[in-house]
Amino acid sequence: MADTATNGRWRDLDKLLLRPGNLVGPNFEPSPELRDDLQTYARVLVVGAGGLGCELLKDLALSGFRNLEVIDMDRIEVSNLNRQFLFRLQDVGKPKAEVAAQRVMERVSGVNIVPHFCRIEDKDLEFYSDFNIIALGLDSIEARSYINAVACSFLEYDSDDNPMEETMKPMVDGGTEGFKGHARVILPGVTPCFECTIWLFPPQVKFPLCTLAETPRTAAHCIEYAHLIKWGEVHVGKSFDEDDPEHMQWVYSEAVKRAELFGILGVTYSFTQGVVKNIIPAIASTNALISAACALEALKIATGCSKTMSNYLTYNGLEGLHTKVTEFVRDKDCLVCGPGVLIELDTSTTLQKFIDLLGEHPKVRMPKASVAHRGENLYMQAPPILEEMTRSNLQVSLYNLMGKLARDVVHVTGAAAVNGKTASSLRKLRIVFRGATNDGVADMDTAGGA
Amino acid sequence: MVEAKNKYDRQLRIWGEQGQAALESASICLLNCGPTGSETLKNLVLGGVGSITLVDGSRVEEGDLGNNFMLDAESIGLSKAKCVCSFLQELNDSVKAKFVEESPDALIDTNPSFFCQFTLVIATQLLETSVLKLDKICRQSNIMLIVARSYGLTGLVRISLKEHDVIESKPDHFLDDLRLHNPWPELKKFADSIDLNTTDPVVHKHTPYVVILVKMAEEWTQRHGGCLPSTREEKKEFKELLKSQMLAFDEDNYKEAIEASFKVSALRGISAHLRQIVDDSLVQVDSTSSDFWVLVAALKEFIENEGQGEPPLEGSLPDMTSLTEYYISLQKIYQAKAEADTAVVEYHTRNILKRIGRDPGVISKSYIKNFCRNARKITVCRYRTIEDEFTSPALSELQKYLTDEDYSVAVGFYILLRAVDRFAANYNRFPGMFDGSKAYLLVKSHSEMDDDISRLKTIAVGILSDLGCNSSALPEDLISEMCRCGGAELHAVAAFIGGVASQEVIKLITKQFVPMSGTFIFNGIDHKSQLLLL
Repeated sequence: MADTATNGRWRDLDKLLLRPGNLVGPNFEPSPELRDDLQTYARVLVVGAGGLGCELLKDLALSGFRNLEVIDMDRIEVSNLNRQFLFRLQDVGKPKAEVAAQRVMERVSGVNIVPHFCRIEDKDLEFYSDFNIIALGLDSIEARSYINAVACSFLEYDSDDNPMEETMKPMVDGGTEGFKGHARVILPGVTPCFECTIWLFPPQVKFPLCTLAETPRTAAHCIEYAHLIKWGEVHVGKSFDEDDPEHMQWVYSEAVKRAELFGILGVTYSFTQGVVKNIIPAIASTNALISAACALEALKIATGCSKTMSNYLTYNGLEGLHTKVTEFVRDKDCLVCGPGVLIELDTSTTLQKFIDLLGEHPKVRMPKASVAHRGENLYMQAPPILEEMTRSNLQVSLYNLMGKLARDVVHVTGAAAVNGKTASSLRKLRIVFRGATNDGVADMDTAGGA
Repeated sequence: MVEAKNKYDRQLRIWGEQGQAALESASICLLNCGPTGSETLKNLVLGGVGSITLVDGSRVEEGDLGNNFMLDAESIGLSKAKCVCSFLQELNDSVKAKFVEESPDALIDTNPSFFCQFTLVIATQLLETSVLKLDKICRQSNIMLIVARSYGLTGLVRISLKEHDVIESKPDHFLDDLRLHNPWPELKKFADSIDLNTTDPVVHKHTPYVVILVKMAEEWTQRHGGCLPSTREEKKEFKELLKSQMLAFDEDNYKEAIEASFKVSALRGISAHLRQIVDDSLVQVDSTSSDFWVLVAALKEFIENEGQGEPPLEGSLPDMTSLTEYYISLQKIYQAKAEADTAVVEYHTRNILKRIGRDPGVISKSYIKNFCRNARKITVCRYRTIEDEFTSPALSELQKYLTDEDYSVAVGFYILLRAVDRFAANYNRFPGMFDGSKAYLLVKSHSEMDDDISRLKTIAVGILSDLGCNSSALPEDLISEMCRCGGAELHAVAAFIGGVASQEVIKLITKQFVPMSGTFIFNGIDHKSQLLLL
């Protein structure tokens, strides 16, 4: 129509960023500078370069973001191609993060995407602290939990226990299964974090071993018998690798034998893969719409160009179309996004003693913690070279290591017992030293309960 | 072949080989290759639709690079349809992709028969007048139509077709068909052969809950004048009765029985949903009836005769704590009954086919079997023509939406999306769309923007009052929001709308799952989107 020719590449986005409106965020300041700032300063990390991650990278690049990074430890597989549109058949075997970054940069000029082909745990806190927004395109609860803890670890509270906005690291999170999906906005300290509403993700139901061993009834029981019991009996000392086709074939043929023995139908190779790898069906359309909702919210967080979603969107296209926004509330006692577990120590407590204490602390339960204070590693359990470098700190008092502050926050990482399972965790701890008064910070009485 | 199976593995687990075959034989036409259309089609090309035809008469401009991933700097000045088409082809070489360099509006006007070759038409970013014409064309030729629109932070998706019948509706949650309240002789005989008071603790804790409930329900009815537990008190009492049978706390089968105890009180007969279908006028079949309706007619005969008010048994048994042999025996009993019911439905089907003068063998056994297995869940979707909806919407619904807080924004957008098209028809531009130097005009302080706001308001108020509705319910903020976005097609909004539209296309083509009804109105402000049934 009339004005299309002259407005340049961002003619559509500019209308949203350059014009004032009534249904906008509280800090919205429409101007060409806003678009420039978005392009120059906003840094977004996309976690996962799979079905959601590919979409997120494209959506963010076409929503005006220019500084993007993407982290993913996986390589491209053939079964990704029905939805991960940045990958082609000839890319199979290459790192997802690298190919995804390259493809988006090829098509959207001006955007810079730095890929990281590694595990999320391989990056230190400093890496994550560099971003304004973290967008999660993940399919595992554990990985979400980890990134959530990392993002929440940056959150600081003032002396009245109010979250400090400048330390807030917003996240947008998407997830899909078949025709269903969710998109959510997490503003740590304001809206519930992933851990506050962990009950939304019930643990996967496992079959009782006695059912597998004694009273199998379904194809899945036969498959899990072959996978969890028979494999270990036959291949002593050789662990099962779900990505090894020979291993899968073995489990399949054992499951077939068992099913025949009991008169059970339905064991197929494809079903065997589904059960053993816990495959979640996934399609392009659902990933597209969930990622789009996340990217749109990221744009709003960065610019204030519209009101935001608060705070959890569900979409279900199975039976008609159902969509709903639920406003979940924070868990005030959340160990992850709350002010942190309060730990009182004597000024003489050594780092070694402190680490020992964390193994027994009922709210931490982290027996072999690595400890960091204000970005500095006080002690690292691994890799060996860093362990050696930090080992001498173990006999020094934590009070001295923390610069003789009466109270401050430390971050500890390591394997911790969470809901009966051991998982890679990060915890924020508020350390208060008994009897120490300095730098006129808070008086002991106002330390407050955690 | 193996490669295709691997490539589509994650979706084959959803719609199976049959659904995939339907997709691969579908021929889809896209009108307008902006981001909304391109993204919709991208999701379908990845999934492996048979062929796509892209229609767009425009050339790529710089502004298109800001919202369409399928275009890049080298596309500028070239045919948009051609550029988008070649990118989509890159995504999946088993899809046949072609393009027509012509304006969709012109094509609708001059060559309506063009659309007859397709399974489904996706019309994106079309103005009202063209949508109405296209809807008529598609209706006449039985072509499925999906209308998709992105506009600023709102948008819509609407399906238009006469009727869509679904056998495999695959709902997420649906009550098992166990007939615990009404066991047939073989099931009863099997239950009778098992002693609930066995002294063998292993057998006791591995007696399937189906057997427990059949037997305990029978015991209950004998003591309650032939009635099953129906009141809350009785249901509670029945649970207590089950609990009293437990020998130990860890008997999972009894826990399952208590949890499933409500199933013995399931209502007899068919659901209101199924009742409506079997009572539909199309059940009076003739030689022009579809196979689906022939089967509904056969189903109705079954329900009224052999079924004694019940549909054919589904035949599947959920997993439950049980000895393997008990479970396998039960499974066979359920399967045998389902097969027997299917045979009766097949008999009725062949008779009906003969009666209406068709080849009695024309409907395959496997089709009938699949129909019977899903008989309780079959669904019929019908859609008004768009013209009908525009000229005479369901007024009571419209009034309700206008005054209901949950719907007022969605219905506001609905009216305004129609209003901007009328605005465009009058002024040859969308409200808030200005020439180059004025492109960044501020909404509030500039008279041209103010003029557009009041013009749009007049049009929207006019639409509402023509329908006899109170127009004061139209939020002012929405009107200025529509003008602020000046017809912008934002990528994230287009990707969302494209995602919704492609999900619906898949449901329509695979004939699995239930497509949306009404008009989906996207609310990109707080994501409180709604379906409007007008």
